[in-house]
Amino acid sequence: MSSTVIITVVSLSLIALICAVILYFIAQKFKVYEDPRIDQVEALLPGANCGGCGFAGCRNFAEAIVNAKEIEELNCPVGGASVILKIAEVLGKEAPVSEPKVAVLLCNGSPEHRPHTSKYTGVKDCRIAHNLYMGETDCSYGCMGLGDCVNACAFDAMYMNEETGLPVVIDDKCVACGACVKACPRNLLELRKKAKKDRKIYVACSNCDKGGPARRACKVACIGCGKCVKVCQFDAITLKNNLAYIDSFKCTFCRKCVSECPTGSILEINFPPRKPKVESRAETVSV
Amino acid sequence: MKTFQKGGIHPPENKLTAAKQTEVLPLPVSVAIPVSQHIGAPATVIVNKGDSVKTGQVIAGSKGFVSVNIHSSVSGKVNKIDSIVDTTGYKQTAVFIDVEGDEWVDSVDRSDDIITDIKLSSEEIISRCQESGIVGLGGATFPSHVKLSVPSGKRCDLLIINGVECEPYLTADHRLMLEKGKEILVGISILMKALKIKRAQVGIENNKTDAIVHLKKLAASFEGIEICPLRVKYPQGAEKQLIKALTGREVPSGRLPIDVNVVVHNAGTAFAVYEAVQKNKPLIERVVTITGKTLANPGNYLVRIGTPVSLLIEKAGGLPDDTGKIISGGPMMGKALINTDIPVVKGMSGIILFPSSESDRMPSQPCIRCAKCVSVCPLGLEPYLLMLLAQKGLFEKAEEERITDCMECGSCSYTCPAGRPLLDYIRLGKSTVIKMARERVVK
Repeated sequence: MSSTVIITVVSLSLIALICAVILYFIAQKFKVYEDPRIDQVEALLPGANCGGCGFAGCRNFAEAIVNAKEIEELNCPVGGASVILKIAEVLGKEAPVSEPKVAVLLCNGSPEHRPHTSKYTGVKDCRIAHNLYMGETDCSYGCMGLGDCVNACAFDAMYMNEETGLPVVIDDKCVACGACVKACPRNLLELRKKAKKDRKIYVACSNCDKGGPARRACKVACIGCGKCVKVCQFDAITLKNNLAYIDSFKCTFCRKCVSECPTGSILEINFPPRKPKVESRAETVSV
Repeated sequence: MKTFQKGGIHPPENKLTAAKQTEVLPLPVSVAIPVSQHIGAPATVIVNKGDSVKTGQVIAGSKGFVSVNIHSSVSGKVNKIDSIVDTTGYKQTAVFIDVEGDEWVDSVDRSDDIITDIKLSSEEIISRCQESGIVGLGGATFPSHVKLSVPSGKRCDLLIINGVECEPYLTADHRLMLEKGKEILVGISILMKALKIKRAQVGIENNKTDAIVHLKKLAASFEGIEICPLRVKYPQGAEKQLIKALTGREVPSGRLPIDVNVVVHNAGTAFAVYEAVQKNKPLIERVVTITGKTLANPGNYLVRIGTPVSLLIEKAGGLPDDTGKIISGGPMMGKALINTDIPVVKGMSGIILFPSSESDRMPSQPCIRCAKCVSVCPLGLEPYLLMLLAQKGLFEKAEEERITDCMECGSCSYTCPAGRPLLDYIRLGKSTVIKMARERVVK
């Protein structure tokens, strides 16, 4: 009886030992090395998997940043500079200085400025409407107001303003992931530099038509007159395809272009009132 | 009686204007002629503001092989070259001409005599088609000379003439076949000569018995032309379905009719080819059906290209008050117009006015997986799945599911009991997939 127990224990132990040795060599042979820093970096990331960095998710971004020689090109828009700084510490690399950004809608075509000329009763999807025709107004470049960008926002940083029919970005919530930029079939959203007190100066128009048709379609359209380009002392404004563009990294917020614009397509937002004239304009914008 | 087997629907025919003789629409005060009325490269404008033009004069030259000339449809002065919203829903370049009299270019034979002798050679016919601006008049507006130029290595043994007109309401081809039967048959002979073949079949749906009888009688004196009645079923007018119905041959996915040795042309195109080759008359006018249940005087009109749609509506009794949508083309595949200044273009077979009670869409409800859309799809696709894939942005998967095979006939949306916008999303998916494929080629 006791011998049976001993034989069983010894034989099983022998088998276990042989298996252990085999497994040890197999494990050595097929070893997969993974940088332990990837896990550390992933823990630092926000974990939203929003894709704002250009990778499929936070894990992919962590892998990329650990394997990258220079981390300057890589940025997590959601976590911002503080997260990148912590990652740089883990990796022992120098952190690049990245400017915080915010999404801005380059259209101000509320019904008041841009009269409706037809009625769209189709599917509430900007992509479908854009494929179908120029939209409910005579501007074929402007916002169609069907809310693809709002649906794309994973951070509740956008909502549809019922009165203007245009989407509104909540600056405090926007993490500049760029999901709305990709969602808009007309490329009306831009990630611009986030300034102090959320101040912004930008051309709220994307109409590339010539002055006449652009103005007929929308009262606050950029007509490409070039007055703002001339008045800007910092080379921040360029004119292309009948449309002015203000580089948010060069702009010094001097506000000269705003008062120069004949159609009022350049908006200044979150500035203290300077003259009664400007105040009334700022009110209509109300972001 | 023959028809295609897979899928298809039977929408109410509503051919209100089938018995209405084609009338000539009076000349408008001014026309706007878009330079892109065909699939392919837009033509290049060759006239300037202030130039005097005659009816039939080339005003925009073809650019490349897949492109055709655009001609002035009226005589008068070029007012401006500007953009106008056309049937695409976007602004396109157009030549605006103020009408002064009706002076034609001398080379056009304007007599009513029917010329049956075909003097031109095959190559001359093909180049004449491009010069005269001939495109497929069924609606797709693909340049006809491209279809007539059979690529080397491919063989063509049969010409099919599409006289199906399967879309409800439309009667433009029906009237043309009744009124210009002999010209169409000569046109078919010309097309056969261009393709160097001896056999042609004309497919006509059985709801146009008068046209079938009329053409059968006339075809007896033409060699190689056979008139084939077909059982009524939408979308039989689609190229691939018509080939399947008449010959039993199936065009493989992603291929063209020429891959099964067939070339298909519309009956209206055959008439335009006749006029271009025998009369040297470019494509400057076409028959348009203007119809609608609320319209006082629906009818078929011979309209100069570039005439504003408003003139046509006026002629048919004016715009009814409760009009919800004005559709260009058939009710199944047509597109709503955004205003009535839109000019008549080569591909416009009809204008249909729908009262808002008929044009309003059903509210969209959840899919119950009844698979009605699958059973009516003539191409054997799964519309409910394609819609979901496009909605969720899964375009690679949609491509695997052959979304690009969809010809946008709308049978799925028509039949869906939940009123889901199937075709809207499939169109979105299809255009995105085509764009993706094009980018791949560039890379």
